[in-house]
Amino acid sequence: MFGFGDFWVAAAYLLCILSTALCVVYGLMHWNDDEEIPAAVHPPDENLDFEETI
Amino acid sequence: MNFQVLIIVIGAYVLVTAYLGWLGYKKTKSAADYLVGGREIHPVLMSLAYGSTFISTSAIVGFGGVAAMFGMGLLWLTVLNIFIGIFIAFIVFGKPTRRIGAQLDAHTFPELLGRRFKSRFIQGFSGSIIALLMPLYAAAVMIGGARFLEVQIGISYDLSLFIFAIVVLSYVFFGGLKGVVYTDAFQGALMFIGMTVLLFWTYSLVGGFGSHQALTDLASKVPEKLAAAGHQGWTSMPSFGTNMWWTLVSTIVMGVGIGVLAQPQLAVRFMTVKSGKELNRAVIPGGIFILMMTGVAFVVGALTNLYFWQTQGKISLAVAVDAATGKPNVDKIIPIFINSAMPEWFGYLFMLTLIAAAMSTLSGQFHAIGTSIGRDLYQQAIAKGRHQDRTVPIAKFGIFVAFVITMLLSYKLAPGIVAIATALYFGMCAAVFLPAFVSALFWKSATKRGVISGMLSGFFSWGSWVLFFHEKESAALGIAKSLFGKSSFVSGTSWAVVDPIIIALPISALVTIFVSLATKSNEAKQSDQKKEG
Repeated sequence: MFGFGDFWVAAAYLLCILSTALCVVYGLMHWNDDEEIPAAVHPPDENLDFEETI
Repeated sequence: MNFQVLIIVIGAYVLVTAYLGWLGYKKTKSAADYLVGGREIHPVLMSLAYGSTFISTSAIVGFGGVAAMFGMGLLWLTVLNIFIGIFIAFIVFGKPTRRIGAQLDAHTFPELLGRRFKSRFIQGFSGSIIALLMPLYAAAVMIGGARFLEVQIGISYDLSLFIFAIVVLSYVFFGGLKGVVYTDAFQGALMFIGMTVLLFWTYSLVGGFGSHQALTDLASKVPEKLAAAGHQGWTSMPSFGTNMWWTLVSTIVMGVGIGVLAQPQLAVRFMTVKSGKELNRAVIPGGIFILMMTGVAFVVGALTNLYFWQTQGKISLAVAVDAATGKPNVDKIIPIFINSAMPEWFGYLFMLTLIAAAMSTLSGQFHAIGTSIGRDLYQQAIAKGRHQDRTVPIAKFGIFVAFVITMLLSYKLAPGIVAIATALYFGMCAAVFLPAFVSALFWKSATKRGVISGMLSGFFSWGSWVLFFHEKESAALGIAKSLFGKSSFVSGTSWAVVDPIIIALPISALVTIFVSLATKSNEAKQSDQKKEG
């Protein structure tokens, strides 16, 4: 296939291009999709009260 | 090469890099700017910065040379680099990393883990092992870059190491992550241009797509020793189950392909964009960039055999025989090919491509080591979060310490340790961070104790396998030999070639799961009591 010696190398060559195409198509299709903007729920550092009970 | 042209080209490159570092410095107003680029980096810049940090000189020259030996089977690594290293990393890991990072106001990868599980120990421990082991990897990249400058410009190794490190140090130190991202994007663009020219020029030299068949027909020229180990030609996979097959599939493809997911210097990039939308957009340049880096390096690497056969009647391994040792040196195949097959102007462009590849990786490493020492280890774990106003000066101090340690290692490390140092770092990241990272993002029931136990067991099982069992490393490090008189406890058995990641990653993952399940109700009770109190 495509002059390659075996199927697995031809598949890898093709999959390199297809996975790049997947990135491009996914990016274009979800160009404007957004998640909810999270509110910062973390208290300021000085108020952190981490208990280490190990 | 013309020395004057060379100096002008490198001088122009350094000036542009310095300008971008200065731009980063000007735009850095807060600690968040310095640590995570203010969480408002453009998706194209972010993906180029991610890609150019991901791809170092060794991915192009080292692995390109490996492809000249193993053939195009290495393209499976490119498939994983794109699918796992970009698509899965950005969409599956990147989005929750960015979201949780913003919610918890995390500024570094260890801080994300520490705050997710409410543990300063997790943050401090993660920061310490990054500070301890990443300099090895940084030194490996720096040595590669400096050796290249030494050969190309003809200045001493020590001086080129110093020049190299000072340029990177200055823009990371002053510009923080903004300086790193701006310079990375410029360096990424240079790398892209260089590799694109290399791809088209090489194909046109060896006969276009018809060259695949010509390379297949060259299979009878595979040296006997390699054929006996399983090599079936440069356009075929090695025979299933042979030593070559295992090396290609387990160590090269799986080891490097999956290890990328839990690298702190890459994961922090997801926290630099404003929203999930930017990550959707960033997969486009990210995917194309990686295809043009490792994809091109591996195809060209394999095709060099055809070029050298057509022009010199030899395969690449025969061309790259080291005069001193009489053995082939795969690291020399790509540079020899560039010198003999490509036009002179391309030599300059390719040199910039490689300097850019090394610097962009190194800047991400310096930044990660520095913030680990300054933010994670000192400020959060030791000073318990006090002195918020001192974050940037302390991170800068950490970056300077990172620079000093990396320089010392670069002068001291034996040449043979370079590849081992990189493999050690990749394996450690997967064993220690991957289960913790996955739990932080996707498993609500994971507990603090589960994650701490998983990280510790991953670290110690990885460390003992490296020091006492996996012969390639234990022999090089020499601790087993000096303590017990033999380089590996399992010398001579097939256990001696089992990669540390195969042992340590499952241990770390299982311990995380079991301890989390066992301590789940306990931690829930404690948190209820705290709420009531």
